[in-house]
Amino acid sequence: MSYYFAIVGTQDAPLFEYEFGTSKQGHDGLSRFSDQVRHLNQFILHSSLDIAEEVQWAHGSMYLKCIDKFFDNYISCFVTGANVKFLLLHHPLNNTGGSGSRSSTAIGANPTSPATEEAIKLFFQEVYENWVKAVMSPFYQNNMEVKSPVFRQRVAAAGRKYL
Amino acid sequence: MSQPSVPSSGKDGGLRVPSNGKTIYHRPLNRTKTAEISQASFAYLFGEMVTYAQRRVKGVQELEQRLNVQGHAIGLKLLDLLLHREPPRSQHRPTNILALLHFIRTSLWTHLFARAADRLEKSADPENPDDYMIIDNEPLVNAFISVPKDMSSLNCAAFVAGIVEGVCDGADFPGKVTAHSVPEGEMWPGKTVFLIKFRSEVVEREAYLGKS
Repeated sequence: MSYYFAIVGTQDAPLFEYEFGTSKQGHDGLSRFSDQVRHLNQFILHSSLDIAEEVQWAHGSMYLKCIDKFFDNYISCFVTGANVKFLLLHHPLNNTGGSGSRSSTAIGANPTSPATEEAIKLFFQEVYENWVKAVMSPFYQNNMEVKSPVFRQRVAAAGRKYL
Repeated sequence: MSQPSVPSSGKDGGLRVPSNGKTIYHRPLNRTKTAEISQASFAYLFGEMVTYAQRRVKGVQELEQRLNVQGHAIGLKLLDLLLHREPPRSQHRPTNILALLHFIRTSLWTHLFARAADRLEKSADPENPDDYMIIDNEPLVNAFISVPKDMSSLNCAAFVAGIVEGVCDGADFPGKVTAHSVPEGEMWPGKTVFLIKFRSEVVEREAYLGKS
């Protein structure tokens, strides 16, 4: 399972991005995007913004769950109060045979299962808490890139913890 | 604006960390939830803010505009903070005008002034049917302000109007918010009406969402 996470501001410009892999079941937390598809992640992620902007008015929840799919790439979205979007692209590992029954219980083996939804929700909530802290800084202005290494560490920690 | 320049400490890419190693990310967000500040110190600070805004302005309108801008950034930040503090079950982004106004009247006002705003009204004027009004009988920010005669149309609650505008903008309901003094006899001499004029696209979207 590989993840690409981005925070997109109200002017559709990315404010933060981070790529990581699953840390569950003894994985090393590194992403496994091949060089051929890595550069597509940003396109796929940003193309789902249109859908996010439609879905966000259907109900008031912040977590919009999985909103888009492009081949094997699933996009989950979380909208903050100030309409900043957290987008997470998750790409399940290609099951290379063998332990089929075991890997099917892994988070993310089935990207739309309730367990995966819940794990991503917890991840988003933790990022949101840190996001509010970043935004509350008097030096932060709307739609400014977040460069803090502490914020990056926090997002990485949330990723390790839940995904 | 780029990032504020900070003297580099070498290690963390120019980020200066306090000696105890605690950054804003280590501090809990809810500790100050019920904390209150002294009204005297607020009044003093606000007085300075008005003085600051008054420098090099040509008229009342420009002064109010500056106060509005000072409040705008606060509104944007408060929107996310207050939503974050809501219990998870009622943690909803406002998706229609009424929900937004209700959020402002109760959550925002309670956070800022420890009470809800006095009334919420929809314009009865047939020419502007989509204007909304939040009414505060005695705005806290004006408690110690007496406006000089030659600036009689000034209402320093323009600052609060700016905060409200920030919340509306943040929630993607862009519009103009202005503060107007509407004294009501002996009872409420400082009564203030916050007039909210949403942009036409907001009203349009509201009508469209209401149908489906």
